[in-house]
Amino acid sequence: MSGETEDMPLGGIIIKPGSTTENKTGGWRTFKPIVEPAKCVKCGICEKFCPEGIIDIDPEKGAVMNYDYCKGCGICAHECPTKAITMILEKK
Amino acid sequence: MVKKILEASHAVAEAVKLCRPQVLGMYPITPSTHIPERLSEFVNNGEMDAKLIRVEAEFSAISSIVGASAAGSRVFTATSSQGLALMNEVLYAASGMRLPIVMVVANRALSAPINIWNDWQDAISERENGWIQFFVESSQEAVDTIIQAYKIAEDERVYNPVIVNIDGFYLTHVYEPVDIPDQEQVDNFLPPLNYKYKLDPTNPKTHGPFAYPVPYAKLKKRNFEDFHSFTPIIKEVHDDFAKEFGRSYGDGVIEEYKNDRPYVILTMGSLSGTVKEFVDSRDDVGLVRLRQYRPFPFEEVRNALEGKEMVLVVEKDVAFGSRSGAVFLDLRNALFDMKDKPRINNGIGGVGGTDITREDLGKAIDELKNKDGEIYWFEMRG
Ligand code: SF4
Ligand code: SF4
Repeated sequence: MSGETEDMPLGGIIIKPGSTTENKTGGWRTFKPIVEPAKCVKCGICEKFCPEGIIDIDPEKGAVMNYDYCKGCGICAHECPTKAITMILEKK
Repeated sequence: MVKKILEASHAVAEAVKLCRPQVLGMYPITPSTHIPERLSEFVNNGEMDAKLIRVEAEFSAISSIVGASAAGSRVFTATSSQGLALMNEVLYAASGMRLPIVMVVANRALSAPINIWNDWQDAISERENGWIQFFVESSQEAVDTIIQAYKIAEDERVYNPVIVNIDGFYLTHVYEPVDIPDQEQVDNFLPPLNYKYKLDPTNPKTHGPFAYPVPYAKLKKRNFEDFHSFTPIIKEVHDDFAKEFGRSYGDGVIEEYKNDRPYVILTMGSLSGTVKEFVDSRDDVGLVRLRQYRPFPFEEVRNALEGKEMVLVVEKDVAFGSRSGAVFLDLRNALFDMKDKPRINNGIGGVGGTDITREDLGKAIDELKNKDGEIYWFEMRG
């Protein structure tokens, strides 16, 4: 919950699903995963391991991260069998 | 209705059974043990249709029923002392989430040193946790209050967890005659729980989410303000119960006994029985018993103590750092801006299972009659 004016449900219970999509949490990130498309074999391992569930395997481009929600944990880079993902320090 | 001679813990188990909880998360600890023991027998014998979760400690006991409660089940647990202290973190979660949970606390002293006997430090140490708290005087009141507690906790205007405090040993292990209500009567009074915010895959919700500072502060303010609106509803449930079952306890919040006298003892729990006998032996002292400790019934005690000479708050606990017992603190606050307020003294006793007798009460009253603001320790015997 981040809004300041929304009606407060009793006990902080969120009665409408999907509220986590409203809060863009990508700003928490320090390192950003960058995919090198040439190395990506579209195996989908990163997609399965990403704790945020925000990697899609595009038939053309390979792994694509939704940076609005990627928290930069680096699990995808660690798991990638072809080392196609590099974590780079993000300048803000 | 059947009158039975029962141990209070077994009467509690009977009352819980009548309320038909669906999930029991329990871990035995003296002096509350006979409650889970008897409930386990009921489940084992098929007398109770409930899921009993045998957990590894009290933290899990309360956690398991928090989950079950959020999923819409009627739940129960019982504990004492260290067990309650171990639950502490989850108790705040339960009240923050406004879950309709009912728990019995068989009051016992806290370590160290280890002591299994009765005092109120366990429940008193949980006074800021947002749970409604009752202290009962007798087995009968324990039975009746458990039934009322579910009705209160599950009222849509409340949706808040409730603790029913029962003095360890003095009450939990005492055999006395108790009216056990009929199942049908309890079913009429307490229909199945239909929790509005239950977790449901077809209608997803989130309980206990993360909150940024502003929504957090708003929720805390709301819970804090709601808390004091519970008292009239508690009285309403008590009155409905009285109509249905023919038993009442003062106005449901405080009980006054011979309170037409200049001096008053204000106390809670089973000690009130001793105080009533003491009051019967005198013509200058009455009793005001707090049945509802949380929320503290400010208006009710002010009305009950208007025009009195002196009030002696007798309690089995201390509020560390506050130079007094915890009940005394609230009472002094309640009376602070009252015109012609009575003198108020604090008798601390019964700690760690020490005795408070009628003679002790007489000695304290006579010594404190003309004093004000004294912290008086009862003689320690036991
Ligand atoms: S860094 Fe973590 S959160 Fe971001 S895409 Fe990789 S696995 Fe997902
Ligand atoms: S794990 Fe590596 S190779 Fe496999 S899809 Fe993800 S980025 Fe591509």
